[in-house]
Amino acid sequence: MPPVYRGPFGKPQAERLLWRAGFGPRPGEAEKLAKHGLEHAVHSLTHPGRERLRGPKPHDDHGRPLAPYDAWGHDELWWLDRMVRTSRPLVERMALVWHDWFATSAEPSNARLIIRQNNLFRKHALGSFATLLEDVTRDPAMLLWLSGTDNTKDSPNENYGRELMELFTIGADRGGYTERDVREQARALTGWRNDWNDNVGPVKFRFDKRLHDPGVKVIFGKRGRFDWRDSCRLCVQHRLHPSFFVTKLWSYFVPTRPSAATKRALEHLYVRSGHSVRPVVEAILKHPALYEGPRMVKPPAVYVAGLLRAVRRGIDTEDWVWLMNLAGQQLFYPPNVAGWDDTRWLDTSTFRARWMIASRVLEPHVLKDKAQLPADASKLLSRAETFFGSPVLTGRTHGELKRFARRALGDADAKWKKEQYPPLIENALRQLLASSPDLQTS
Amino acid sequence: MSRCHHCDEFSRAAFVRRTAAEAGRGLPAIEPGMPLPAGTGLDRRAFVTRSFGLALAVYGVGKLNLFEEGIARAASGPAQPVLVSVFLPGGTDALSVLYPALDGRYRQLRPSLALDAKDGTPFAEDNRLYWHPSLQPFATLHGEGKVSVMPAVGYTHPDQSHFTSRHFWEVGATQAQLVTGWMGRYLDHAGTRDNPLQGLSLDYQLQPSLASGKVPVASLASPDDYTFWAPGVWGDVEERMLEALQPLGARRSDPFLNQAAQASAQADRLRRQLAPFTGNGYGTPVPYPDGDDGFPKQLAGLAAMLAANLPLRCVAITAPGEYDTHSDQPKALADGLDLTARSLLAFQRDLEARGLADRVLTLVWSEFGRRAEENGSDGTDHGAAGTAFLIGTRARGQMVGEFPGVTNLDEDGNLRATSDFRGVYCSLLEQWLGEDAAAVIPGASSFQRPVLVK
Repeated sequence: MPPVYRGPFGKPQAERLLWRAGFGPRPGEAEKLAKHGLEHAVHSLTHPGRERLRGPKPHDDHGRPLAPYDAWGHDELWWLDRMVRTSRPLVERMALVWHDWFATSAEPSNARLIIRQNNLFRKHALGSFATLLEDVTRDPAMLLWLSGTDNTKDSPNENYGRELMELFTIGADRGGYTERDVREQARALTGWRNDWNDNVGPVKFRFDKRLHDPGVKVIFGKRGRFDWRDSCRLCVQHRLHPSFFVTKLWSYFVPTRPSAATKRALEHLYVRSGHSVRPVVEAILKHPALYEGPRMVKPPAVYVAGLLRAVRRGIDTEDWVWLMNLAGQQLFYPPNVAGWDDTRWLDTSTFRARWMIASRVLEPHVLKDKAQLPADASKLLSRAETFFGSPVLTGRTHGELKRFARRALGDADAKWKKEQYPPLIENALRQLLASSPDLQTS
Repeated sequence: MSRCHHCDEFSRAAFVRRTAAEAGRGLPAIEPGMPLPAGTGLDRRAFVTRSFGLALAVYGVGKLNLFEEGIARAASGPAQPVLVSVFLPGGTDALSVLYPALDGRYRQLRPSLALDAKDGTPFAEDNRLYWHPSLQPFATLHGEGKVSVMPAVGYTHPDQSHFTSRHFWEVGATQAQLVTGWMGRYLDHAGTRDNPLQGLSLDYQLQPSLASGKVPVASLASPDDYTFWAPGVWGDVEERMLEALQPLGARRSDPFLNQAAQASAQADRLRRQLAPFTGNGYGTPVPYPDGDDGFPKQLAGLAAMLAANLPLRCVAITAPGEYDTHSDQPKALADGLDLTARSLLAFQRDLEARGLADRVLTLVWSEFGRRAEENGSDGTDHGAAGTAFLIGTRARGQMVGEFPGVTNLDEDGNLRATSDFRGVYCSLLEQWLGEDAAAVIPGASSFQRPVLVK
């Protein structure tokens, strides 16, 4: 078995777990989880029970309910709302993992089909990877995205067959397959088609054996009259699949690479469980590297959903769509089939976008300059921390924020300034805190 | 609500490019055989084995430490020539931009769209042609000898896909697989590793023609919008808040905490560098067109940045308007050309007023021209050869390639090219930027170089 973290499990550890395996704590949640200890905390995430949505119902800028299938950007808001209100944060987080793993754009299909795929990710979030892979392979949005319905026995298209091995199951440049395997996979995967309806677009996705190439294929040195199910099966049973799977899954939770021993143990766990996701995720969430290793940069979706959870705000504006886009993550529109690059979330441009996100989170809560607050740097900072549910801060950030508050209070050289500056400083502290390195990472 | 007059492929291509470029990362092929746009594309095969270095290079952690030094050093050097690329998206109708008003065949092909001689200005270099009424500003500059006109520029075996043809123009070759832009490759040769402003995309994302392989380039929607505002914070407190960005960005031992800290510190540095352009903005010696569109403002900002001696070499920007006029062409085309031409005239006057005019040439182009024969919906479909312009006091001011006429169209009913965009690029590289074109344009030796610069 992979090693298990044995150190103290207090608020800092519980907070990190809630960020890595979800979208951060609501106020008080980290403290509560810490009381239960690591084992129970992880179990509560991996066995969450039925979904209950908590908090204000989502609406658009005009107070109308979201129209995820019809209004531009509402598909993304619909998902963001789930992230904010869910009682099953790990399930939503896994849906985000699978969205990145099987990165599909809504562009060649539509919101209806991409949400259908999204529900697939939710359904199989912690289940069998083999089943997930089969369902993804015949998923309409994926069939359109990677040319599955263009892949026929008369004109095979290698698009899906290649990504199936390269990005989904085995990995490139590992000696796992040849260009011939790519071509043969394409043949095995032939047979999918759909109709077109002028009102709703692509419909009636189905396997049509007249379009399928029934001949003998040779894949990974095995011969047979393979079809799409065989394609998936052969990949999952491939000798290099378990190592690919556990390494990739690990990378979503821990920024450093797993040790050789950990990797072996995780592979063993994965294969022994019959290619089940839950035990591997459980082992990763209990691993010392998650608690003792470096922090991770939050993806924009996690950052936004997390801030909203922290201030108990629901989806009440469509601004998150363009703001998340500026921050480099438009859900349902991954940059390409390889998904987002988790190592490059922050640059001068996206940092500014996150600053704007923080501003937008704070706007409804802004303190007027008539608000009566103490002219005391420590008290002001402590209020700002409480506003975000008292996240654990590094000493450095805490010190710099306090220094800022002290200096700004020192600028108040007139009576009106002494009265008005404290609420201004409080607003600024919230802004600086929300965009601080501490809250950009977990 | 106005009718949508562009074709699906255009909006789709534009959309995919937008999303991809905003992410600054790879891009899916949207149709089999379609090329990937330079820079955003990094052909998908290469993507997984190689990290991104293009759009993100400018923002990349570590690079920006060099940013200030690079700018300082480059800015203290001798003034360099600047090339500005202005893209008219959608395929501009060449036969409206400069139209043969009195040609019987033209009036036959364009029963509802043909423009009358009395509406435009005669084109001095070819008495068959008239400037589109909205292009009076270009006619004025042409009269001053500051515009070289390419009345039918294109390439052999023209491709009528927006996506493909634009890609060819952006990479400077008719090669679907090329992933660096032609100006990006120029900068790879002539630029430096520490000056992202050498290739400036005046946009929220990288313009593919600037996609480089080695050197950093920058993307900035407008120099005056890199600001940090917080609700309910103003005056002294706001200043103190922004001051705090730097110490919050101080080095941290945790590598990812440090990454976030660096982003904070670098954002603060960039904010300070651009401070002369924000807040009160920048003055302009001449008036620019008013309105909501960012284009005139971006050009005004560009002139101000050049006046501030920021080390810009190649700049790319997209013109306002929508030129994929499959229907309702007259108004859409007139509106787009009008704002574009008035803005570019103001830019030229601005450069002249600041004494910068001899340093800047502006190339105005579109991915193709449109079909000679109009379609049934007051519009025109995709064509082949189109119009391009080179504007500036150093432009030779003479036509490049003749107007081919509408009696000898190609087999698809499109204008035949009388100049090749790759030859134009070779000339710009050699005559303006002082670079051997062979190092930048594939097959450079096979293209005729028109004399473009005086």
